[in-house]
Amino acid sequence: MSDVVEKTLTALPSLLSLDSQPGSGKLSSTSKLGNLIRGITELTSKHEEEKLIQRELSSIKEQVASPNTSMRQMKELMVRAIYCEMLGYEASFSYIHAIKLAQQGTVLEKRVGYLAVSLFLNESHELLLLLVNTVLKDLQSTNLIEVCMALTVVSQMFPKDMIPAILPLVEEKLTHPKEIIRRKAVLALYKFYLIAPNQVQHIHNKFRKALCDKDPGVMTASLHIYLQMIKENPEGYKDLTASFVTILKQVVGGKLPMDFNYHSVPAPWLQIQLLRILSLLGKDDQSTSEMMYEVLDESLRRAEMNHNITYAILYECVKSIYTIHPKAELLEKAAKCIGNFVLSPKINLKYLGLKALTYVVQQDANLALQHQLTIIECLDHSDLVIKRETLELLFRITNAQNVTVIVEKMLEFLRLSKDDYTTIDLVGKVAELWFIETMNTVFSLGGDMMQPDIPNSFLRLLSEGFDSTEEDRQLRLFAVDSYVSLLQGEPGRLPQRFLQVISWVLGEYSHLREGLEPATTLRLLAKLLDMKHTSSETKSWVLLAMSKLCEGPDCVSLAQELSERHGGSLDTVLRQRVQELRHLSEDAELRASVLPRDAAQEPLEVDSSLSFLDGFVSEALSAGAAPYKPPHQRQEELAQAKALSLEPYGLSLPISMSSCSLADRQSPTLLSMSSGLSGNSTDLSHKGGSTTLKLDGVKRVWGKDGYLAQKEPVEESAQVEVPSPLCSPSRQGGADSTHSQTPTPTPTPEPEKEKQQLASSLFVGLGSQSSVCLMGKSEQTPQRFRRKAKGQGSSSGASEQISNSHYSTQSTVDNLLCNNLLDSTVTSDLAVSTPEQTPQLSQEVATTNGTCDAEQDLIEETDPGNSPSLIRANSTVTADPPAHKDPDRPKDSCLSSHLPAELAGLSHSEIIPLCSSQNLDLSACHVQKEDALLLVIFIENSSDSDIEQIGGGEKPQCVGVPVFPDGEEASGSRGAGWDGVLPAAFWGISSHAVLLQTSINQFHQVHCFLPSDLLLSMALLTQSMLVSCFCLTSLLFLCLGRPLCVSTEEYGTLWLAFSQDTKQNLALLNDGQDPLTATLDVLKNKLQLHVVDIIGAEGIVACRLLQGQPCLMHCRVHAGSLAVWLRSPVPDLPDCLLYHCQRALQEH
Amino acid sequence: GMRFLLLFSRQGRLRLQKWFTPTPEREKKKIIRDMTTMVLARKPRSCNFLHWRDLKIVYKRYASLYFCLALEDQDNELLALEILHRYVELLDKYFGNVCELDIIFNFEKAYFILDEFLMGGEIQETSKQIVNRSIEASDMLQETMEEYMSKPAF
Repeated sequence: MSDVVEKTLTALPSLLSLDSQPGSGKLSSTSKLGNLIRGITELTSKHEEEKLIQRELSSIKEQVASPNTSMRQMKELMVRAIYCEMLGYEASFSYIHAIKLAQQGTVLEKRVGYLAVSLFLNESHELLLLLVNTVLKDLQSTNLIEVCMALTVVSQMFPKDMIPAILPLVEEKLTHPKEIIRRKAVLALYKFYLIAPNQVQHIHNKFRKALCDKDPGVMTASLHIYLQMIKENPEGYKDLTASFVTILKQVVGGKLPMDFNYHSVPAPWLQIQLLRILSLLGKDDQSTSEMMYEVLDESLRRAEMNHNITYAILYECVKSIYTIHPKAELLEKAAKCIGNFVLSPKINLKYLGLKALTYVVQQDANLALQHQLTIIECLDHSDLVIKRETLELLFRITNAQNVTVIVEKMLEFLRLSKDDYTTIDLVGKVAELWFIETMNTVFSLGGDMMQPDIPNSFLRLLSEGFDSTEEDRQLRLFAVDSYVSLLQGEPGRLPQRFLQVISWVLGEYSHLREGLEPATTLRLLAKLLDMKHTSSETKSWVLLAMSKLCEGPDCVSLAQELSERHGGSLDTVLRQRVQELRHLSEDAELRASVLPRDAAQEPLEVDSSLSFLDGFVSEALSAGAAPYKPPHQRQEELAQAKALSLEPYGLSLPISMSSCSLADRQSPTLLSMSSGLSGNSTDLSHKGGSTTLKLDGVKRVWGKDGYLAQKEPVEESAQVEVPSPLCSPSRQGGADSTHSQTPTPTPTPEPEKEKQQLASSLFVGLGSQSSVCLMGKSEQTPQRFRRKAKGQGSSSGASEQISNSHYSTQSTVDNLLCNNLLDSTVTSDLAVSTPEQTPQLSQEVATTNGTCDAEQDLIEETDPGNSPSLIRANSTVTADPPAHKDPDRPKDSCLSSHLPAELAGLSHSEIIPLCSSQNLDLSACHVQKEDALLLVIFIENSSDSDIEQIGGGEKPQCVGVPVFPDGEEASGSRGAGWDGVLPAAFWGISSHAVLLQTSINQFHQVHCFLPSDLLLSMALLTQSMLVSCFCLTSLLFLCLGRPLCVSTEEYGTLWLAFSQDTKQNLALLNDGQDPLTATLDVLKNKLQLHVVDIIGAEGIVACRLLQGQPCLMHCRVHAGSLAVWLRSPVPDLPDCLLYHCQRALQEH
Repeated sequence: GMRFLLLFSRQGRLRLQKWFTPTPEREKKKIIRDMTTMVLARKPRSCNFLHWRDLKIVYKRYASLYFCLALEDQDNELLALEILHRYVELLDKYFGNVCELDIIFNFEKAYFILDEFLMGGEIQETSKQIVNRSIEASDMLQETMEEYMSKPAF
């Protein structure tokens, strides 16, 4: 019989080609299956369907069990059973019959039997064992069709344990004369390789034979195995690279039979498989990569046709080119190719373009820059899939400057998405990007100057978690990962507070990270103990964390070692901790009860009244000790005691300053400030002290200049400075308002501008590597830039370009500044290098004279000020005032005319002369922008001779120094140079110490390239800056205070959260019927406070600074005065507010 | 490699299912439900790619039928679209202007064609002629064998 079948089979193709009606299968619609299907379609309800199918199933069941049913009928029954199962009804009774059919049926019945088995049973189903014999028999059959079926079913589902039984037979088929059998055998072995790789290890050289098979189909099949093996061990197959390259060359060159063409592309599946293999082989391997450059180039070139399959090949090519060792020429072509994808109107191609960008953007951020507008469009695409992919891309290009915008976009997406998987994934990314990373930066930069409650509340947040346990776990995991890698780096540079946080988190949560041995963590932590700079407080945090972690013999020995090393420490606390560690490491049970895992949030019972000390206290009192006074009482007494001694200092200050800060003897401002300083560091308080001493000198210099005449205008300005209440609502929009628009008189269409803004905030910081590509020239002159800006309104196409170049310049600047801050050596480099730049600069300045309207355009473009990066750009812009000096005009108005054009329209304070020398006058004022406060310093050359380095000769120069907002970027990038000549001073309200120091340092650096007479001025400037800084802090409140709208409940929570505490009595106004309401109304109006609630004789009031730090005030009418109690996370804020309250009430 | 292939109608009725890796029954049911709801909810001119858990879903609608293929992370989506297309071409060649009814009434044939085209989650034969030849070979065998076996001598 088998001969007959063989003959039939070989004769078939020719027979079939004559067959004109291959669709003969359609006839079976009249069969029983057809009846069933038609029956189902006629039904109207799910219930009826269920009844019908159950009836059908029981009829099938009856028939399959009957001994009279022929195999042919059985085949038909199986088809019906399969159909019922597909509809979701179980027909398990038929499984055994399916196996029987595969066993006993003729070829065609067998085929249905095998199909039914593969659809019914799972790899682990016990009935499958019954199939093994059938498969064995069919593999040995001389009927090729039976062999094919057996191989097919084997590759679909075969019990893993039974593979050895059939393996020799399958192996044998690799040398079968028929290519279809060889091909199926290779694929079956591929499947075996996937499920049980070690079982097929011995036939690896046979795979090589398959690779060299004369039939392309068999060769293609073998590539599946090779791809898999190379994925696991690329080193083992490098020798095959040349072969793969040759094969690909032949395929690309069209050497395969036409049969393998798909839409006239030669064997695309094979091409793609080869490309993938090549990219695995060429990864991180230059010499191997070099072998494939040519063929990759050719693949790119050949794939020209505009068909999906061509794009599929191109996509794979691009991926390979970016995976292997780079070659510039190819990368360029690949980048162009990605451009074609991204810009394609076909959405599928666009999607892949985004994916390709995501893949390559880490190597080449400029590519993202090139396509930023497309990316922005995709970000708002109606298709969530595209949107998500865009976010994925943005995730890869996130940096410190665009993180806020990107996270916001991600959150926006989360609100739309309902898919759990996406949510978890994205939330993880947000957490990773934003929270932990930001906090890392905050801790690293803020360092030990930070308020202690910041790390505390961070830890509390981490331990209390959010609503979802999965999210919490993710977040903690991120934190652990992040900290472990920090410790593996250079922990010596981290501030103590941060190290404490790290220790705590690792102690609590490092067990969440699978595969992280406690001993590893312990060793990392132990390293901290040996570092020179680790404070003993940090050491006890570290040891406590170690006590939580020590588990297992490794740790015990480590603990032993530590206790030997540190057991003799002079610090008793440390000694105690070390002892605890040693004991706890030896007694797991004790540790579990003392330091239970995951119990950070369980309440501890604390005897807050310290009743156990009562005996001790009464003993001490009876022995004559002074009774305890709470801190605020002590402070108050101290304030009163010291207020008197302040007077001489107050007088010695320049009047312009004392008028606003120190004249009032009640003022607690200066006092608590100096105490705050000494509290932080003795070093700083020393500096503060020396400043005050030198003030005499300052005064003298000032006296010469006769600035006393300006006393009155200063006071006027104090009133002008109250910010218009209009600012506050727009600020309250805060976080959401990034892309809502403040109306501005710009000719650019709104949506366009919105996109540009978004682009600028998204792609900021990307151009740093090489902005050449985007702008054509890296040394772009401001002149050119401005001229372009002028064209802004005329065509939107042009404006796109402009914004591109504009934003990237800006980002370069930002990056510079950022680096500047992070790395002080860079700062000094910058400072040193500036003299060379200066002549060029002044030239530029000269050329920009008279381009006033162009500048106006520029400002309009950047002014909306809603996007953070734009603000940054704004505040760093320095402009050379074009107007000529008019000697007849009063000095102030003269100077104010030199304010940069962008600031001219804004309200600014009185221009206060800071100091002057023979040649040089320095003055300053602050300008209130809607969301920022700038300190503008005017430098005026009063001599006839040019001071080269200063530039403009007779024209005054001014420098804008952003004072606020500084917030989190703070310590950061906000420096504004005078095009780099005058390094920035950093200002902040919450950390005077930092800002004083920075400004001193910065000015020291100025010295090195200024002429000697300037040097003196600068030194003076430094001092007067310090002074003005003091006066600024108090002034700042007037400029920066905003109402904080909270509910009474929120107020309550906030109140409890703050530790800084100040109390004071204020005068009560008596003009109204209700003195409390009247007083609070005055304060509310004058200081922009928000009166939360008034209950009886008590009132609660809240306000915040521009950047959001709140200050809460609790007022109570008591004995004819108003007892106020203030709390805020910022230590000086309550004092500041108190001072202004006093002033406001006095003035009333 | 591919994970599964599903064919379902516009009403969400399953017409064909192929699982290339072992999948528990419950999981299959969930996947089928998820896929139909996800894919049917797509708007006409959206892109043909989706994410589902860690898999890429590539789907395409042919007349009233949706073809939905799940891929692993490394696979090429565009190529997968062409796999679907090639499968449709094969069905078309076999049935002659294939329609949903052909696949409903002859679903086992659709499975056979698929088995000749894909094997173990990889494409087995990209040459249209060869696939068709081997399917038709088995089909023709039906008649030849039946004829042969119906002879009394056997």
